[in-house]
Amino acid sequence: MKLKKFFNSQKVAPYVFVLPFILSFAVFWIYPLFSTVKMSFEKILPSKTTFVALANYEKLLNDRIFHIAIGNSFWYMVWTIIILIPLPMIFACIMDSNLVKAKGLWKALLYLPALSSVVVSGMLFRLMFSELPTSQMNVFLQWLGQLPIKWLKQESTARFALVLLATWRWTGVNMLYYIAGLKNIDKAYYEAAEIDGAGAFQRFRYITLPLLKPTNIYVLTISIYAGLSMFLESFMLWAGNSSPRNIGLTIVGYLYRRGIEKNELGYASAVGLVLLVIALIINIIQLILNGSFKKEEA
Amino acid sequence: MRKKLLSIFLCIVMAVTMLTGCGGKSTTTGKDGGSKKEDTKKDDEKPTATPAVTTVGEGTPLEMWTFVELHSKFYAKMVDKWNKENPDKKVKITFTTYPYADMHNKLTMALQTGEGAPDLCDVEIGQFPNFTKDTSSLYPLDDAIKPYQDKLVKARLDIYSKDGKIYGAPTHVGATVMYYNTKILKQYGIDYTKIKTWDDYAAAGEKLKKASNGKVMMTSVDTASVDWMWIAMSEYGEDWTTTKDGKANVQLKSVKKMLNMQAKWLKDKIAMVSPGGHVDMEEGFANIGDGKIASFPKALWYMSRFLSYMPEMKGQWAIAPCPVFEEGQPRSVGIGGTGTIVTQQSKNAKLAAEFIAYAKCSEEGEKGIWNELGFDVCNTSIWNDESITKDKTNKYLQYFVTNPFDVLNEVKDEIGKINVKEISTTINSQMCDTTLNEIFEDGVSVDDALQEAQDAVDSEQ
Repeated sequence: MKLKKFFNSQKVAPYVFVLPFILSFAVFWIYPLFSTVKMSFEKILPSKTTFVALANYEKLLNDRIFHIAIGNSFWYMVWTIIILIPLPMIFACIMDSNLVKAKGLWKALLYLPALSSVVVSGMLFRLMFSELPTSQMNVFLQWLGQLPIKWLKQESTARFALVLLATWRWTGVNMLYYIAGLKNIDKAYYEAAEIDGAGAFQRFRYITLPLLKPTNIYVLTISIYAGLSMFLESFMLWAGNSSPRNIGLTIVGYLYRRGIEKNELGYASAVGLVLLVIALIINIIQLILNGSFKKEEA
Repeated sequence: MRKKLLSIFLCIVMAVTMLTGCGGKSTTTGKDGGSKKEDTKKDDEKPTATPAVTTVGEGTPLEMWTFVELHSKFYAKMVDKWNKENPDKKVKITFTTYPYADMHNKLTMALQTGEGAPDLCDVEIGQFPNFTKDTSSLYPLDDAIKPYQDKLVKARLDIYSKDGKIYGAPTHVGATVMYYNTKILKQYGIDYTKIKTWDDYAAAGEKLKKASNGKVMMTSVDTASVDWMWIAMSEYGEDWTTTKDGKANVQLKSVKKMLNMQAKWLKDKIAMVSPGGHVDMEEGFANIGDGKIASFPKALWYMSRFLSYMPEMKGQWAIAPCPVFEEGQPRSVGIGGTGTIVTQQSKNAKLAAEFIAYAKCSEEGEKGIWNELGFDVCNTSIWNDESITKDKTNKYLQYFVTNPFDVLNEVKDEIGKINVKEISTTINSQMCDTTLNEIFEDGVSVDDALQEAQDAVDSEQ
């Protein structure tokens, strides 16, 4: 009886329901976040931990390899945004129109890569882009009458491979977000526009795009973070955490190198916090530009 | 407004937690990522992709990790011998073989957190400085090694020591030699025994290029290994980890000479860049097996690779001292190695230390290391033990045209030692990731590339 009353009370029930999330969030996110901040000011060894104030951050400022890693991550983020927002949006619109037969099959096909393990797909991509003349990509080149190239040893071609892997993997996922966004658009708008004589492109430009804005903001926000925190794709493509001239080193890869491989957890914490700050700054800027912080126009 | 802000904040939090949740599931591969960064390679066959667990013996239970399955097999044989000889101190060891990088990372974390480390663990020399940063988690082996110490090469104990205490039991000397493919060289009329200096070596390369129409090259230069630099440093008696002011300096005369010479070889087409970065990996074995290169320098432990990956080339390869820049310089350098550690977390650290000292440093153990693994052991009395050096049944002695022990005894007092310190990991990753690629693949000048490397090293010291 009491229990029933308890669960029906307007005041308490919501807290009970969100408690599992709050608890796990506190244990797995808030605590590590604070301990990372603390660790970033320390030098950590098995037997003793010493407070070193800002030494880790000073070292980061002059750490050229870290700058390379930031450059790589940033570059990857920009390219994934350039490709992984328009492309899935167009696919979603095509899926939503009457042009396509067997929609379920297409959706499944495009979504499949996201379900495959990055480890497996990364290895396959590594073999496809291997420098041997018999690798898939070099076979293509030879068909086109070109010489085989060392794909993963040159910056431009290696980056192409990384972006291709990302595109192959995430197009389907982002497409689903956009399909969901399109479902929310009232069909009456399109009918009205058609009666007014708007063409297909105009309908897309003046109805679909503006109404997809919330979806866009969401996809952009997660893409920024996902791009900056990419690690596994590059780790698999180069079969480890080292690539020629560090062309594949990402911020998280550098964190892993310092923290796990070299046992400098304090320094690695500083790297992680810099990543967090960069991601937050970029996202807050884009949210302001998108007007997410403005009052709703009622 | 506040609600709106709150909801946006929560959205970001959700997105971030979801994504990192996805990204957090990382698995590592069994591929060796280590040898690219470390100055040494595996002493043995490629690590297995899945941990292999075996338990041997009966008695006090101990746990041991290795990154090479062959090593565990060898230790397992030594367990039986130990238990026969010490019925009052029997051990029962559970061996787990992990991939190279995984094992070292796991050990780092286990020692850092103070939980979950094994009693015994093989540590590759390039990784060793990461563990001696803080020796409080390692058990000193001095007492255990003492009974055998006078017969061992001191330099090999020194590299695993810190502040006068030994923390790792050595496996081998790792003397570097030149491997020559006599079949190819004979075919094109080149006598490798006449090669004394690098100039002779380059001249032989020119001759080979002309005679074979560029089909065979003299050697392959590495972009992902620093062995060649080590040879050069040893010849000039330099060491990039310790210069006069105690700081690391990669802009050494010997290193510059070696790099310029190799860059010239590439330009003259008497050498190629090692496929895959160095000769101790699949692409390298294939390249050697296809007869594309006629020679290359590598430590004696590379003999086992011939038997494992190129058994069909039996009777073709000779072993000789490395060429030098100027006659009279030392012709070898000790490269590679595995130091076995005992952790302080072990409940039976003393027993573990006694066992590993017996298994690796006693006469019995040393003979086992040679016969099983084909390594040039640290116990020099074995180098002159005719029952071993003239043993017709030994697979290593059967494979090669020349006797490795002859070469070993010839260069015995010329095996240089390059220190492996904390800064070594930085030097090696800079060299193997950036510097060597810039010089050999992109044609950056040696001076510029080394200056860049020095800046990177300076930022770490």
